[in-house]
Amino acid sequence: MAEVKFSAETLLLVNKIIKRYPEGRHKSALLPVLHLAQAEFDGWLSVPVMDYVASVLTIKPIEVYEVATFYSMFNTEPVGKCLLEVCHTGPCWLRGADDLVAHLENKLNIKAGETTSDGMFTLKKVECLGSCGSAPMLQCGADYFENLTTDRVDALIEKLGAANKRSTYMKSNQLQL
Amino acid sequence: MGKKLLLEHVNVAGIETLEVYRKKGGYASVEKALKTMTPDAVTDEVKKSGLRGRGGAGFPAGMKWSFLDRKSDKPRYLVCNADESEPGTFKDRYLMERIPHLLVEGMITSSYALGAKSSYIYIRGEYMYLLRILEKAIDEAHTAGFLGKNILGTNYSLDLYVHPGGGAYICGEETALLESLEGKRGNPRLKPPFPAVSGLYASPTVVNNVETIAAVVPIILMGGEEYAKIGIGKSTGTKLISASGNINKPGVYEIELGVPVEEFIYSDEFCGGIQDGRKLKAVVAGGSSVPILPAGLILKTAKGERRLISYESLSDGGFQTGTMLGSGGFIVFDERACIVRNLWNFTRFYHHESCGQCSPCREGTGWMEKVLHRLEHGHGQMEDIDLLVDVAKKIEGNTICPLGDAAAWPVASAIRHFREEFEYHVKYPEKVKDPKHFEKEPFISEKYALA
Repeated sequence: MAEVKFSAETLLLVNKIIKRYPEGRHKSALLPVLHLAQAEFDGWLSVPVMDYVASVLTIKPIEVYEVATFYSMFNTEPVGKCLLEVCHTGPCWLRGADDLVAHLENKLNIKAGETTSDGMFTLKKVECLGSCGSAPMLQCGADYFENLTTDRVDALIEKLGAANKRSTYMKSNQLQL
Repeated sequence: MGKKLLLEHVNVAGIETLEVYRKKGGYASVEKALKTMTPDAVTDEVKKSGLRGRGGAGFPAGMKWSFLDRKSDKPRYLVCNADESEPGTFKDRYLMERIPHLLVEGMITSSYALGAKSSYIYIRGEYMYLLRILEKAIDEAHTAGFLGKNILGTNYSLDLYVHPGGGAYICGEETALLESLEGKRGNPRLKPPFPAVSGLYASPTVVNNVETIAAVVPIILMGGEEYAKIGIGKSTGTKLISASGNINKPGVYEIELGVPVEEFIYSDEFCGGIQDGRKLKAVVAGGSSVPILPAGLILKTAKGERRLISYESLSDGGFQTGTMLGSGGFIVFDERACIVRNLWNFTRFYHHESCGQCSPCREGTGWMEKVLHRLEHGHGQMEDIDLLVDVAKKIEGNTICPLGDAAAWPVASAIRHFREEFEYHVKYPEKVKDPKHFEKEPFISEKYALA
């Protein structure tokens, strides 16, 4: 396994983030730094990655584990290159989120919670993403795709597949639907 | 058209840049406050304005500010709650995306009033793209001298940072938010002590919603008394309403408080009526946590008065026949929506989002979800309906934070007003096994059908 180490550029950013908080309060940087780690290390937080984050922030590994497992955006298992997070809470349900999930399950030939065999897509049902006025919708990395129809979601899958890039919360994939 | 105080310039091209924002009068509240007012005078204007917290609880903002322990020798903090996660609510996102400098300006003016030297905007992690927008606005404000050392040549200095969450509804509760900002799990704290005395890093802290902080800008510019003249009664000012569900024009609308609910739903200026001209069944007026009301009770109070979008009118009748303004997340249900399925959906949400500290919430939300699942899928019994009421009662008021109440209220209100719909699910198990049962055969209880 490759050595777990942030790039020089990320390390600079980490140090900049730590300085946002008062002296001795560097633990505050944990959530932002976990986001950076997830983006840099294949979209999920393995135990070695969490241990590394603990060493960078000079806190105990358990302090990282307990946080990483609490928040829904942190993946503690590997995910596909594109994590498709479909909102299925009330207002999205009223506008057809269930049909959207069923369509995606059918199209990708997986159930929600699973990853396609080529490792390209993981489909996940998530709770309210604050897009109730443009439902139904899904989030893929930093991007919100809203007012989805069957046609639009088909086009999205095609474009994500063609781009073949890992989606991350830190950077937009710059796809236009 | 009503008055617009926050979104007036939202459609101006380039308003997200400092240059255009300045041309439209941006940052005037910072100049006025820092150069001509004492911090206490700024707080006094906010008190006079009658501004109430726009996050959901509706607590008077000026009073919250006045509780801040100013005698402590510890640093004081202002933290903006941008963890918007209440289902049905997306107004803060709209404001931050379209007019980010308004929030930055509000943060500077408010931080000055509170004597904060470092302030934080805690934004939900899913809104990471907005974090970039806000950081850009902050950088521009820095360069223009509105942030950093000796702002506008005064002796007031402030640093402002944006901090992302990790995906947890509970972090919208202010003490959970502070825990999260300290790099911990989002477990709400026992109160007292309140954040005003012991908040971020055990220092005096004010936590305010995005819209509340943005509203400080017009308040300082026009003066608290003038602001208080807008709106109706104790519901002063304007409010951003997030409209969603079965309506023709979902979106964010800034209204002067006091607009009639009927006008809001049916007028083309706002929601533009129900999709495909169908019948209105119910409304959740203030985000998923507030009691759901049937059409008859949302348009008119039990006394037969026109129901208005204001703190007082929406809560008229208490929880028996009224609801709450909450966060202004206005979710509309037409005759094809199944109240039981929606409630199962909301309850699943609360079960998922319970932090797990308090047993009544951790276990109770799960039990309610299971019972609702079996009712909705045609496996329920009549006793299940009262069982749900019983569990909800045992959660309410028995938890550290209001998430327990937020999970209990939708259950209690749905059964209070739509019991017949729950009974239907027990009587016709074969029909409800089809998830689209009411889409095929619309159902509205006769008791609340509109003439």
